[in-house]
Amino acid sequence: MTAIELATSNGTHMAETANDAALAIRGMTVSYGQKPAVFSVDMTVPVGSMTAIIGPNGAGKSTLLKAALGVIKPLAGTAHVFGQPVSTSRERIAYVPQRASVDWDFPTRVIDVVLMGLYRELGLLGRLRGAHKAKAMDCLERVGMQDFATRQIGQLSGGQQQRVFLSRALAQNADLYLLDEPFAGVDAATEKAIIDVLQTLQSSGKTVVAVHHDLSTVCDYFDRVFLINTTRVAEGSIKDAFTPQTLQEAYGGRLATGQLGQTALGA
Amino acid sequence: MMGEEFVALSLTPMLIGILAAIACALPGNFLLLRRQALIGDAISHVVLPGIVVAFLITGVVAAVPMMLGAAGAAVVAVLMIEAIRRLGKIEPGAAMGVTFTAMFAGGVLLLEQSDTSTVHLDVEHALFGNLESLIWLDATGWDSLLDSEALAYLPVELPRLLIVLIAMCVFTWVFWRPLKLSTFDEGFAQSMGIRTGALGFALVMVAALAAVAAFDAVGSIIVIAMFICPPAAARLMTNALGVQVAWSVVFATLSAVLGYVFAGYGPLWLGADNAVSAAGMIAAVSGLILCAAAVFGPHRLRGGAPSEI
Repeated sequence: MTAIELATSNGTHMAETANDAALAIRGMTVSYGQKPAVFSVDMTVPVGSMTAIIGPNGAGKSTLLKAALGVIKPLAGTAHVFGQPVSTSRERIAYVPQRASVDWDFPTRVIDVVLMGLYRELGLLGRLRGAHKAKAMDCLERVGMQDFATRQIGQLSGGQQQRVFLSRALAQNADLYLLDEPFAGVDAATEKAIIDVLQTLQSSGKTVVAVHHDLSTVCDYFDRVFLINTTRVAEGSIKDAFTPQTLQEAYGGRLATGQLGQTALGA
Repeated sequence: MMGEEFVALSLTPMLIGILAAIACALPGNFLLLRRQALIGDAISHVVLPGIVVAFLITGVVAAVPMMLGAAGAAVVAVLMIEAIRRLGKIEPGAAMGVTFTAMFAGGVLLLEQSDTSTVHLDVEHALFGNLESLIWLDATGWDSLLDSEALAYLPVELPRLLIVLIAMCVFTWVFWRPLKLSTFDEGFAQSMGIRTGALGFALVMVAALAAVAAFDAVGSIIVIAMFICPPAAARLMTNALGVQVAWSVVFATLSAVLGYVFAGYGPLWLGADNAVSAAGMIAAVSGLILCAAAVFGPHRLRGGAPSEI
């Protein structure tokens, strides 16, 4: 009896933290070889927030997202979305991978890429109807790409490619949006268009998490930060977690090592 | 070449060539886009040791044990390629190259050491197949196509390849969306819950089935050529995946028909005495089609400068 009560109270406690959060990662550890890329990371993203994952190159930012989604198999750790395991709540998640991770020479058109976002809705052999195409066109319009619907994707600029990826995520009609470096290598107009879309999502109650590189725009674009350098460095509101101390902790050691290496090479 | 002689001597080899070509070209489209085109090469080579081992175990040259042996060898090859790639941290192309040359060489050694002189099993057969011998002697003309007695004596390769081709079409049709999605963007496909690892393995296994079925009838030269040439030429014709697959079927068919005709009659037109290997000619024609597509294809210039906004 005691054992059962203990188990129940433990379960309730676990469920509370997971239920409150749009995304709850616990004890996530990923390794690509001998060295862990992400080590025992906890992350809790409140519903309706807009979080930037920041940290130096190779700190495990993208890896953390991929492990949470099951794209990479972690050594240990769990990820829950709105209190449910990721595997049973995939319809509530939209994912925007790094633009450079795919072959843009693939023989397909812009609208077909957006329609990929409707795969869970369509299934293997579900018929593609006018309503689906209209929805895809609407998603393209939200990122300003409606005039490019029938273009071959290889003809797009980097910024346009990123908008198409965001448009595909919009088509997924999710509650949690996970974006991997959405602003990498895009023009200013695209950056503005993307942040507008993300802020509109947030204002309609959606949750946004993005891997981000540009420290100068963190305060303008996001309301929360998650600092990582293999392990979690800091997490919280901009005011609490985005401070010179936390940044020094996340970036400082690495910068020093890099400078040391350069000096040694120069001499 | 019309009439009874055509039906008895040329119709079935030509049809078998077409079926084999299309069966290999269909999965070849996806393998090509996944930069795995060499896997067809690998499979068609490792089929040889599989067949020899099956022969050594059973002592007969029969379809079922040979197919099982070949399929087993294909599985072993795929696992070996993955193991070499991961454990040795070697790029996939090199891992495939090492695996299929080693296994093919092993097959050649096995074949030399075993007593296969009494049966029709040799390296030349493995490479070039035996397309010309797949004739339909019971046919007396076009009417035979409606004659159940004559149809019963069709070369067994014909219905076998037809079944395999139907299986290819069904697989491609049913898994079109996840195949397309995971080929274009594997990470996104996984985030949607598509099991891309299993799907990729299934694609390779389906390709192995096509390779094994085609191998016995037409040899590995055609198999290798048909996995790569028609899809590669088709990619140069269009920027839509569905259209690309359709073009690849057209090119595979064209290669089989033209290759067979040129092999049988080409040398005669040029004044030579003997016909040449149909398998070799079909593969050569598919290569020429690829060359033509590379020069004249409307979408041969891609991946260049992005267009202006």
